[in-house]
Amino acid sequence: MDIGIGHYLTVGAILFTIGVFGIFLNRKNVIIILMSVELILLAVNINLVGFSSHLNDLVGQVFAMFVLTVAAAEAAIGLAILVIYFRNRGNIEVEDINVMKG
Amino acid sequence: MILSAIAFYLFAAIIIASAVMVVGSRNPVHSVFFLILAFFNAAGIFVIAGAEFLAMIMVIVYVGAVAVLFMFVVMMLDINYVRLREGFLQYLPVGALVGLILLIELIFVLTTQANVPEVLAISAAPAPAVTDVTNTHALGQLIYTRYIYLFQAGGLILLVAMIGAIVLTLRERPGVRRQKIADQVGRKRGDAVEIKKVTPGSGI
Repeated sequence: MDIGIGHYLTVGAILFTIGVFGIFLNRKNVIIILMSVELILLAVNINLVGFSSHLNDLVGQVFAMFVLTVAAAEAAIGLAILVIYFRNRGNIEVEDINVMKG
Repeated sequence: MILSAIAFYLFAAIIIASAVMVVGSRNPVHSVFFLILAFFNAAGIFVIAGAEFLAMIMVIVYVGAVAVLFMFVVMMLDINYVRLREGFLQYLPVGALVGLILLIELIFVLTTQANVPEVLAISAAPAPAVTDVTNTHALGQLIYTRYIYLFQAGGLILLVAMIGAIVLTLRERPGVRRQKIADQVGRKRGDAVEIKKVTPGSGI
């Protein structure tokens, strides 16, 4: 019953898969897509921390912190873009975003 | 040992269940709540893995900032979420297919990984024993010395994100009277007060 690296990787893999699945499932709702991206980054963090504890190496945790930073920045910018898109168009259906198609 | 294993399985099960609810929930507000639940349980898994500082950062940054940001946006925008659900079942098969392929590939990777002993020897920054220094102390010693430039770059990323979000969402609306601090500060006595000579009994 020892918790090894395999357990962490399994949780990370399942979470990553659910995140990708969520992006496909909610193709119209960009808020859920952003949340799915957060789930994917969470899965990556779990992998990094799992390897960090398995290899007894702190660099994994440092890297997980940088991933956290990027995730926070991405959420802020993504939601800001979402807000101005809603202000201009009145909805957030991402399938309609083809203004720049030319 | 058995207790931590039970805790791990509990946290993992709740994470996966709430992740499924995040992507499958009908109401985006519920999705955000399940996202918060997933983050809390991920923090629990981090504690089991011995990364206490990261667990606390997880709760503070994700639950305290990111999830609240999502909640603000979900509740502020007046969106017809029922229309956004259209085509949900249409995308289900292809999404399930891609997810299944991805999961199978990841399982292949997991099952074929070789636990090479040499990998353990090339540890870049061996974690000190828990009895010597705490996890936070050890991380601080690493971040503020060897990874100081990366740490500063991380701060820069956050600064750019902050300025970008403000620049994107700030707008000038007509008819809104804003405080003009420069005008207030630059106001002279002569602009506001005028001294008149009043002769008694006549008025101005």
